[in-house]
Amino acid sequence: MKSERAMERRRFLKGTLGAASLVALSGCDNLTQSSWLPSILSKAARWTETVQRAVTPKDALAKEYGEADISKIFPANGNTDPGTEQYAGHVAQNFSEWMLEVVGLVQTPRSWSLAALKELPSRTQITRHDCVEGWSAIGKWTGVPVSDLMHHVEPLPNARYAVFHCADVDDEGLAYYESIAVADCYHPQTILAYELNSSPLDVPHGAPLRLRFERQLGYKQAKYVMKIELVESLAGIGGGKGGYWEDQGYEWYAGI
Amino acid sequence: MALLIQSEEVISREGDQMPIVEPSASETLSTVSTPMVSSSPVIERVYRHRLPVRISHWLNVPFLIILIMSGLQIFNAHPALYWGDRSDRDQALLTIKPVQSESGEVKGITTVLDHQFDTTGVLGYSDGMRRAFPAWATIPSAKWLAMGRQWHLFFAWLFVINGLIFTAYAFASRHATRDLAPTGKDLRGIGKSLRDHLLLRHPSGKEAKRYNVLQKLAYACILFGMAPLIVLTGLAMSPTIDTAFPWLLTIFGGRQAARTIHFVACSSFVGFIVIHVLQVILTGFFNNIRSMVTGWFVVQHKGVHHEV
Repeated sequence: MKSERAMERRRFLKGTLGAASLVALSGCDNLTQSSWLPSILSKAARWTETVQRAVTPKDALAKEYGEADISKIFPANGNTDPGTEQYAGHVAQNFSEWMLEVVGLVQTPRSWSLAALKELPSRTQITRHDCVEGWSAIGKWTGVPVSDLMHHVEPLPNARYAVFHCADVDDEGLAYYESIAVADCYHPQTILAYELNSSPLDVPHGAPLRLRFERQLGYKQAKYVMKIELVESLAGIGGGKGGYWEDQGYEWYAGI
Repeated sequence: MALLIQSEEVISREGDQMPIVEPSASETLSTVSTPMVSSSPVIERVYRHRLPVRISHWLNVPFLIILIMSGLQIFNAHPALYWGDRSDRDQALLTIKPVQSESGEVKGITTVLDHQFDTTGVLGYSDGMRRAFPAWATIPSAKWLAMGRQWHLFFAWLFVINGLIFTAYAFASRHATRDLAPTGKDLRGIGKSLRDHLLLRHPSGKEAKRYNVLQKLAYACILFGMAPLIVLTGLAMSPTIDTAFPWLLTIFGGRQAARTIHFVACSSFVGFIVIHVLQVILTGFFNNIRSMVTGWFVVQHKGVHHEV
């Protein structure tokens, strides 16, 4: 009697648990496909941004490491070669004709050749790159602080975002771009790097120029930067979410 | 079933006469309860879990399931764990990956500290897919890091808010100090309690009204040890938080170490949940569930044994 009941109960529980996990999973998958749930979930990024910005001093530096901490292999992720004819031409010329344009909501739009950028004061920082996938690598970056470029072009008061347009396109022809807040351009560690570990940036790591924005995840570190455009709104650029990965569902605020 | 109905009849009969026993006042319980001397079991109703505890408990059920499963989705994006700040591929503590043999057969291989295990079907390769954790264990079930992060980082907020409210309540109401903190006497009886648990001998009567020492330790560790640990190691993986609170990296031994501890803490949550649910089933499933839903727990006193 008793064992029969126990077995029945066990069967009942097993059935219930199995059904519950199935319901939970298919329920979550259905919710993921719904029109309303992802928009609620994405609110968390706003809370995170608000709270993180509130608790983080504006000029707090990301940890800088020593030479001994540098990764032997710094993985190159995402696009490792823009693959366009135009870019191949620049590689052949060793980027001597590469120009960086800074345009949009600025007092005086300007452009710099790579050589001109290298003549500006530089900053070198040994920092940790945290990929959204979970891995971390430490590298030594040398480049020109974005704040110096901003002082040259003088952003207009309504400029809210700096959009970094890149030379790479994906398999479907979508151009890569990223954006950060104009306020974050003034952080001392926000630089346009042209050297990794004391050598000129190679193609897989974003030659000739890549953004280092040390307080956020790897996908914000745009490679192959050709143009910085200051805008008031991200709507109308790419998919409108502020970046190539953002258009595919990753958060614009990548502080966590 | 018949037995259950009978005992519920007893409860409702007793309910009219029994004074409502104040929750958590374990010391006073034996004086207000009035076990009757008879040969049939005496049933006492105890108000065991107060409303804030019950709400917080049930909210954690979906929160934890979603956090664990979406966490495994995120883990799958880079299924390896390391110590320190860097993820040097040749220094991994754990990896889970699909490996194709020369014959073309794909196996799931889990490597822990250089020891390899064939985990085909569950870890590394399952249902014809090359993925660390199988589809049934992740949210969403398909490989989708961006969406896994959205689930995880949204419910992490809810989990933290729920945890903070619970903690404030637990200390303000003295639930933490009275019911969860083990006493010296509890700790001295730990050996006996351990033996009883292993033999599946469960406390009854007066003893069943309060948490036993292993229960107290398990709850206290998970609530005030593992939960803060999993939140802090989660925050330590945030590059922005690391600039605001660099000591997080120092205490956990680096960002990749924090990620490893986060994973181990999650495993301890899974272990806790399995044992917790098992104990709930073994020590009177319906009584336990009722007490966490309505607050009321039923204690059976042996008929011949009376305390007054």
